[in-house]
Amino acid sequence: MSFLLNGLAATTWMQVVMYCIGGLLIWLAIKKGVEPALILPMGFGAILVNLPASGAVNQYVSGLGNVSGILDWLFEVGIHASEAMPLLLFIGIGAMIDFGPLLSNPKLIFFGAAAQFGIFATISLATLMGFNLPDACSIGIIGAADGPTAILVSQVLKSKYVGPITVAAYSYMALVPIIQPFAIKLCTTKKERRIHMPYSPAGVSKMSRILFPVICTVIAGYVAPASVSLVGMLMFGNLLRECGVLDSLSDTAQHAFSNIITLLLGITIASSMKAEAFINLQTLMILALGLLAFVFDTMAGCLFAKFLNLFTKNKINPMVGAAGISAFPMSARVIQKMGIKEDPQNHLLMHAVAANVAGQIGSVVAGGIILSLAPQLLM
Amino acid sequence: MNATEASLILMGEGMAGIFVVMFLIYISIKLLGKKRNKKSEEPKNQ
Repeated sequence: MSFLLNGLAATTWMQVVMYCIGGLLIWLAIKKGVEPALILPMGFGAILVNLPASGAVNQYVSGLGNVSGILDWLFEVGIHASEAMPLLLFIGIGAMIDFGPLLSNPKLIFFGAAAQFGIFATISLATLMGFNLPDACSIGIIGAADGPTAILVSQVLKSKYVGPITVAAYSYMALVPIIQPFAIKLCTTKKERRIHMPYSPAGVSKMSRILFPVICTVIAGYVAPASVSLVGMLMFGNLLRECGVLDSLSDTAQHAFSNIITLLLGITIASSMKAEAFINLQTLMILALGLLAFVFDTMAGCLFAKFLNLFTKNKINPMVGAAGISAFPMSARVIQKMGIKEDPQNHLLMHAVAANVAGQIGSVVAGGIILSLAPQLLM
Repeated sequence: MNATEASLILMGEGMAGIFVVMFLIYISIKLLGKKRNKKSEEPKNQ
């Protein structure tokens, strides 16, 4: 009967720490509402993969040889071999996004570019801290504020830190309401935060809504071919939404399909949270760098708006620039809330939503550009 | 070239690339808007 105690005897302190991390993630998901759709499966998965001789991951069993585990298999097939899961999730995300506010106020698209600066600043910082370029790029992409992009880039660049990067990306996305106000206040004055922006929406024709995803895909494809998979899936989902003849497919992409992929993605990512790969100094450094990436993004967006204000007659509230990150729609809501707090008559929501959806495009383009350039720089 | 130098090149080219893509999308949205305005003006002229 000694086999009953084999598991207990084989438990290491690192595995116990992972149970605590798993428990913490489950608690954050349930009690604090931190991205529960992904954080809860990841928390449970972190416990699952770290049980001694867990059957959920690949094992060597004496007498039987190598035995496959479901989570390692899902990771191999769904993420490692094809990057299918994060890419397919973009169809659902695209179907959820309404680009209308951006199409009626296109100049805000540039905030979707400026607010990606945090990605590149963090990459440089990570290299200074001793990470090699592929790992640094994978860490920097946390600043895309876009979980699937972070998973995809770190996977394509064969980073060994997929687990911590995913945890950081999703955790900080949920912490946008705390991180962004802090960063915005660091680089704006009260007077700037009170700038009013009148909203006069231009009508957007159905043809524009249909052509927009096609044009975006072609442009991104020509400039950064590696971004085609990311932008293409996002825009395909959006085309389903806007075409008007595939309402049932659009509805499926937005709800059932997204839910299935999210469910599988969360638990599958947990297979990269094995104690020996997760508990190290690098994980702490990645968590710190990921936080900085979000702060740099936010500040870059604000500073870009302040820069534009030097030349424009109609001033832009710098807080709208901060919404150029991809965390949709949290970031737009944060800006609206901050605007109202500064001045109850200051409604910035539609401007912030426009910058926020531009950030969605910007983050996937940034991911694609990194995938295009990083291999060339490594040669 | 060490990793930090490479990351700085990546920063320059990466940010330039994103702005170029966004600029081209901006131009295309403007063109789509112009076409729409032309269409809506036509009935007024008749």
